[in-house]
Amino acid sequence: MSAVVKSPGFHSSELQSMLYLNGVTKSFDGFKAINNLSLDIAPGELRAIIGPNGAGKSTMMDIITGKTRPDSGEVRFRDNIDLTQYDEADIANLGIGRKFQKPTVIETLTVWENVELALAGNRSVIRALWHKLSSEQGDRINEVIKLVGLKAKTSELAGSLSHGQKQWLEIGMLIVQGPELLLVDEPAAGMTDQETMETAALLKEINREHTVVVVEHDMDFIKALDSKVTVLHEGSVLAEGRLEVVSANPRVIEVYLGR
Amino acid sequence: MLNTKIFERSAIGRLLLADKAGSYLLMVLFAAMVLVPLCNLLMPEGSFLHIPTYIVVLLGKYLCYALLALALDLIWGYCGILSLGHGAFFALGGYVMGMHLMRQIGERGVYGNADLPDFMVFLNWTELPWYWYGFDSFFFSMFMVALVPAALAFVFGWLAFRSRVTGVYLSIITQAMTYALLLAFFRNDMGFGGNNGLTDFKDILGFNLQSDVTRCVLFALSALSVMLAYILCRAIVSSKYGRVLVAIRDAESRTRFMGYRVEHFKLFVFVVSAILAGIAGALYVPQVGIINPGEFGPINSIEIVIWVAIGGRGTLFGAVIGAVAVNYAKTYFTGAFPEVWLFMLGALFVISTLYLPKGIVGVVKQLQDRRAERNAPTSQGAQS
Ligand SMILES: Nc1ncnc2c1ncn2[C@@H]1O[C@H](COP(=O)(O)OP(=O)(O)OP(=O)(O)O)[C@@H](O)[C@H]1O
Ligand SMILES: [Mg+2]
Repeated sequence: MSAVVKSPGFHSSELQSMLYLNGVTKSFDGFKAINNLSLDIAPGELRAIIGPNGAGKSTMMDIITGKTRPDSGEVRFRDNIDLTQYDEADIANLGIGRKFQKPTVIETLTVWENVELALAGNRSVIRALWHKLSSEQGDRINEVIKLVGLKAKTSELAGSLSHGQKQWLEIGMLIVQGPELLLVDEPAAGMTDQETMETAALLKEINREHTVVVVEHDMDFIKALDSKVTVLHEGSVLAEGRLEVVSANPRVIEVYLGR
Repeated sequence: MLNTKIFERSAIGRLLLADKAGSYLLMVLFAAMVLVPLCNLLMPEGSFLHIPTYIVVLLGKYLCYALLALALDLIWGYCGILSLGHGAFFALGGYVMGMHLMRQIGERGVYGNADLPDFMVFLNWTELPWYWYGFDSFFFSMFMVALVPAALAFVFGWLAFRSRVTGVYLSIITQAMTYALLLAFFRNDMGFGGNNGLTDFKDILGFNLQSDVTRCVLFALSALSVMLAYILCRAIVSSKYGRVLVAIRDAESRTRFMGYRVEHFKLFVFVVSAILAGIAGALYVPQVGIINPGEFGPINSIEIVIWVAIGGRGTLFGAVIGAVAVNYAKTYFTGAFPEVWLFMLGALFVISTLYLPKGIVGVVKQLQDRRAERNAPTSQGAQS
């Protein structure tokens, strides 16, 4: 399976951090959704982010991917790329892929076409007009559709998929986009326990070649990821470390786990 | 045998084999292109096969509207850009053609002035304004038919799409655009004939515009343009670019996060659509013999949307069917009961959005599916 998930690779020896946030603040009408947030993700890391509703997890992803501009603070990709200077399309092309909290696929296109659009490659108008799929690209698309378990649905409209299948399709789209850094917002929402565990395994698999940041509420899922955990609360980091450690933290129990 | 093989392998062939409804449409258009002029020119008057000239002109007009509807469906049906100002591009194409036809009048105008169109003489102008230069030339004018709408669409689209104006807001500013042009073209000092517009055309490329042959040629050209535009639009929406358009329509921000420059994709299709609308206007003017600022009217642009909605949005052939069907109804009702037409149109629109969200094309498809379902068990029975 590992051969399936390939990317340009991040193993450049000098690279210090894949993603670096420092003192990031963002308020909406005076309400600080993100408050002096700092975060450092190492190349190749798998990081889980948890936190109560409204903690600012999705807003953080909006800031990283250029959807929302922070009021202040640093957001850097691969040590020295200042992400606040770019928009969504630039950032996607720099190598950051994102799965939305609400699964977002193109419902009126087939599973295959969705993956085809996401497939890494030139994004210009001219190329899209004259695009002809090579047989390697076709193979790659089929490979990833199989990986995310949608082989039987290949030529069905994405709109006809179940909630969980849409999540998987979106993850498949992320994989073929070939980003170095994947931001995955609540991938297991709406999935059965079994699917949730499969998703965790898939993300671990993806992590062999990509840096992955994943937001989830499902504690079994987080446990299965077996990675470093960051707890977000009211827009900043409340605790960080192994799951055993943070879940013993009294503040974390109070604001999140104890509810 | 050989020919069919070449056809099947060619790009257009593959496109049309995958688009049955479109192929039928092209066949009908082709038949009309050939038969209508023949029935007008060769059949003796009084023969039941004779098509009178006024019908030829009327059909030609419908075809121009069909081309305009195609242009709108390309952006609205496939990219979700609901332009309520597409009449502006049509009118601009029409004005460009009108300017060329005005220059062709020469000294045959009422004032007999070889250098100035009548309305300029009437306004006591002594010199041709610089922006009228070049329109004596047919080729320059045809170039401008495409360039003028394209330039407006490019500037307007660049500003709007870059600032991410979408949905209702975009519709409102397109409507404002056509309204602003309406007011501007009403002014005499703009140099486009004020509220009378441009008219009294004599001939085109030396052929008398009133003659049956010229009218038939214009009709055939209109049919040909609709066919070519249909194939072009089908090629665009069948390409990967077309799928990106659909992605933008259904999930714009997802498309951005995949790395596509949404504004470039929108701008390209908007400009192509404006050019098609401009060509439609340019074909329309010599057939109806006049272009005036009324063509910029906001209602005109809204009507285009209604044609497409009633025909079936996002199908291309639906746009053509809708434009012809609604305008046929319009011709009939404005003749028989002129007061009720606008109410009829409104009612048609409401009914089609409420009950026929996929338009005429959607209803036909539903009936076909139902028949296929009903036939399915019988055919199985026959097999066993
Ligand atoms: N565009 C916006 N305008 C105003 N307020 C916003 C906006 N985006 C987010 N917020 C607010 O910022 C806060 C953080 O929201 P965010 O969606 O980041 O939370 P979250 O941690 O992802 O929560 P959940 O677990 O429910 O997904 C919320 O209170 C939300 O209402
Ligand atoms: Mg969230």
